[in-house]
Amino acid sequence: MIPAQFDYIAPTTLDEAVALLSQHADDAKVLAGGHSLIPAMKLRLAQPQLLVDIGRIKGLSYIREEGGQIRIGAMTTHYQIESSARLREICPLLPEAAGQIGDVQVRNKGTIGGSLAHSDPAADWPAAALALDAELRAVSSKGERGIKAADFFVDLFTTALEQGEILSEIRIPIPKARTGQAYLKAAQPASGFAVVGVAVSLVRDAAGKCEAAAVGITGVASKAYRAAAVEKALAGASLDEKMIAAAAAHATDGIDANGDLYASAQYRKHLAAVYARRAITAASR
Amino acid sequence: MKKAISVTVNGVVHHQDVEPRLLLVHLLRDVLNLTGTHIGCETSICGACTVIIDGQAVKSCTILAVQADGASVTTIEGLGTEANLHPVQEGFWEHHGLQCGYCTPGMIMAGAQLLDRISSPTADQIRHGLEGNLCRCTGYQNIVEAIQYAASKAK
Ligand SMILES: Cc1cc2nc3c(=O)[nH]c(=O)nc-3n(C[C@H](O)[C@H](O)[C@H](O)COP(=O)(O)OP(=O)(O)OC[C@H]3O[C@@H](n4cnc5c(N)ncnc54)[C@H](O)[C@@H]3O)c2cc1C
Ligand code: FES
Ligand code: FES
Repeated sequence: MIPAQFDYIAPTTLDEAVALLSQHADDAKVLAGGHSLIPAMKLRLAQPQLLVDIGRIKGLSYIREEGGQIRIGAMTTHYQIESSARLREICPLLPEAAGQIGDVQVRNKGTIGGSLAHSDPAADWPAAALALDAELRAVSSKGERGIKAADFFVDLFTTALEQGEILSEIRIPIPKARTGQAYLKAAQPASGFAVVGVAVSLVRDAAGKCEAAAVGITGVASKAYRAAAVEKALAGASLDEKMIAAAAAHATDGIDANGDLYASAQYRKHLAAVYARRAITAASR
Repeated sequence: MKKAISVTVNGVVHHQDVEPRLLLVHLLRDVLNLTGTHIGCETSICGACTVIIDGQAVKSCTILAVQADGASVTTIEGLGTEANLHPVQEGFWEHHGLQCGYCTPGMIMAGAQLLDRISSPTADQIRHGLEGNLCRCTGYQNIVEAIQYAASKAK
C-alpha cells in the first residue's frame, strides 16, 4: 500500500500553484488534505507524476463574512467548520454536515475544497453546497471565475473545474431570518460515507408557511442533485406532517439511482424519501 | 527526487531526506524506529496509526512525510513516560482498556485529543470521539471507562 513514485512541490502562494499546474498540465494533481487522494494513490487508482501541495499556501483556510456572504477558504478543514460557533448561529447546516463526515481524524485533515473538487457521489459537502446555493470560486493562470454549485457537479468524480484550476473559496449567501436547516444522513456503517444524505434549507414566511426551500441530495445518484420536485411541492405550503411527507415522496423524481451490494437502487430511493421527510421536518422546527 | 524535511517528533528535531511517497507512519516506524505507532489496515479506517500533529489527531498512514515537514508530531512514545504515565495511559492500565494491545496506541492518542477538546465527556461523546479507532478485542466498554478515568484524573 505504497503510492507509485511522484514528485512533490509545496508552493507558498496561489499564483505559484496555478503556474505549476499550467506548466505540468496533464500529470499534476492538487494535494489538499489528502484524505481522498492519498488512499487512491495507495491503491494506484491515481498515479500523478507531480503533486502540488496547496497546504502551505497562506490564507486558504478561513471562515469569514463579507458582502452578505459566508466565505470559506478551500483549505478549511471539516473540523474547523464543525467547531465554528459563528456558523452554528448563522448557518447551522454547515457544522451539522461537517460533523457527520468520516471520523475525528478525517475531519482534522480533510478539507471542504478537497471534498467538493473530488465530487465523490457519496460525499456530504456536495448536498450542503447545493442546498445553500453556494458559489465556488476557481482560480487559474488565466484568472478567476465563479461557478454555481448547481453547475459544479458534472458526474461521478467530475466537476466543472477545468485543467489547471484551483478551487479557492466557497461563497454562501448568509441565510435570511426565519431560515431552518438540517442535514441528515444514512451512513454506510463501514465507510461512514452517505448511502443517502439530505441537506435542507428553507425559509418560512411570517405566518409559518414555507416561502422557499432548497433540498440537496447525495449518495443516491452518480452526483449530488437538487430535488426540484420536492422544492416545488414545499413552496407556499404549510409545513405539516402530511404536506412534508407528500413533498418528500418526490425526492428521487427523474433520478437514476445507483445500486450496490449494500443498498439496491430501490432501497436508496426509499431511504431518500424517508431522509428527505425527516430533514424537512427537522428544518421546519 | 528526494526532499529534505525536518520534523520534530516527541520534542526531538529530525532532518531526513525522504521520497515524497514515504508515508508518515513509515517515517516513524522504519526510519526513526518508533514502532509504538501501529499499522492496522493501511486504508485509513482503523486508527491504529493515529498520532498527533500540531495538536490534531490524524491517521499517519494517510499523510505523506513531506506534508509533516516543519510540524511537531507526538507519538505514543512521547505522550508519557513509564514513571509518569499520561492520564489516558493510566486509565487504560487501571480499567483494563486493552486485550491484545494492537489498537491501543492509536486509541490513546485519539483519547488524548478527545480530552483536549472536551474535558468532561459523556460516554456518548467518548464513543463518538473514538469512532475513527477500531478495536477487535475489548468491545470498547473498558476503553470508555479508561477515558472517563483520565477525565476525572485530569481535574
Ligand atoms: C476513512 C475515511 C472516511 C471518510 N468519510 C467521509 C464521509 O463520511 N463523507 C465525506 O463526504 N467524505 C468522507 N471522506 C473523504 C474526506 O472527506 C476527504 O477529506 C475529502 O473527500 C477530500 O478532501 P481532501 O482535502 O482530503 O482532498 P484531497 O484528498 O487532497 O483531494 C481530493 C481531490 O480533489 C482535488 N483537489 C483538492 N483540493 C482542491 C482544490 N482546492 N482545487 C482543485 N482541486 C482540488 C485533488 O487533486 C484530488 O483529486 C472520508 C475519508 C476517509 C479516509
Ligand atoms: S493503519 Fe492507518 S488507519 Fe489503519
Ligand atoms: S485490544 Fe486488541 S484490537 Fe483493541
